Amino acid sequence: MHATATHASEHVHPTWQTYTKVALILFALTFLEVGAYEVVHRHAPVGLAIALEPIVVEVLLLLSALKFALVAMFYMHLKSDGTLLSSIFAFTLLLAAVMISALMIIFGYLYYVAPTVNPLK
Amino acid sequence: MADTAHAQVDEHHYTATGIDHRKLAIWTFIASECMFFASLIGTYLVYKGRDVSGPRPHTEWLLNGRMQEQILEIPLVTFGTSLLLFSSFFVVLALSGAQRGNRKALIGWLCATIFCGIFFVGMQVFEFTHFYHRGMGYTTNLFASTFYTLTGFHGTHVTLGLIWLTTVLVVALRGKLPPEKSLNLEIAALYWHFVDVVWIVIFPVVYLIR
Repeated sequence: MHATATHASEHVHPTWQTYTKVALILFALTFLEVGAYEVVHRHAPVGLAIALEPIVVEVLLLLSALKFALVAMFYMHLKSDGTLLSSIFAFTLLLAAVMISALMIIFGYLYYVAPTVNPLK
Repeated sequence: MADTAHAQVDEHHYTATGIDHRKLAIWTFIASECMFFASLIGTYLVYKGRDVSGPRPHTEWLLNGRMQEQILEIPLVTFGTSLLLFSSFFVVLALSGAQRGNRKALIGWLCATIFCGIFFVGMQVFEFTHFYHRGMGYTTNLFASTFYTLTGFHGTHVTLGLIWLTTVLVVALRGKLPPEKSLNLEIAALYWHFVDVVWIVIFPVVYLIR
């Protein structure tokens, strides 16, 4: 019974209207990403550029995360394919984030805190 | 006899989890690929800004006594990013067509996906060639080595995805991809979406964040 229910739920995928809406949002987010870059780095430091400059990295990472989540949820069907696949993917992403953070902390320590033992300097 | 015929039509092989084993396998593979690209992205970030000489990704640099502009071409890569997003959209439409038994939609959208993918790879080849002619070889500096390794491996994955989608297209053209076998396309599409989400991370990290 449980297996049958799971099989059925695997095939309930979004409609083409949903896919189109997601595509439009993805393009809008990409436009915002490039727009934020252009405003901060290519224009005179006035108005929006001054306000955006201190947080531009966070804004770009947030927009990227939103795009990532939209593709994973709707195009990769994680939203409709049950929790097991989502859990596998989420756990791996967590591991990946920990690995990148660990690398940056270790090399940051070598470069800034312990420059005498830094092989890069 | 009837059972045998039924088994031949329904080729889904469910695991104890209730998920088809091929789908579980591709997700496990995608998980391992996440770790692979995380290591490449981590390496790029660790060495970011540690170059002792140009070319530099976002600032001017000196070559033979003359100032050179930043090496990265944002408009070109934005175009490539849009193509990859388009291709992800097209492949879900192809899958939707395959699941509904709409052969025309399946083949049309799959061709559009492959077309976008080929243009993306072409964009990368053009970019690499352009960088090389501007004096950025693989061993020129830390930025060059980490950039070529990260984006080169991504381009290789896109190329492999294109080969996979092309084989699915050939199967569909032969009329051997009925709705009950649409999982074959779904698995290829999952891989294709994965290379798209990797690029969604690479694009801001390498091209937009200084």
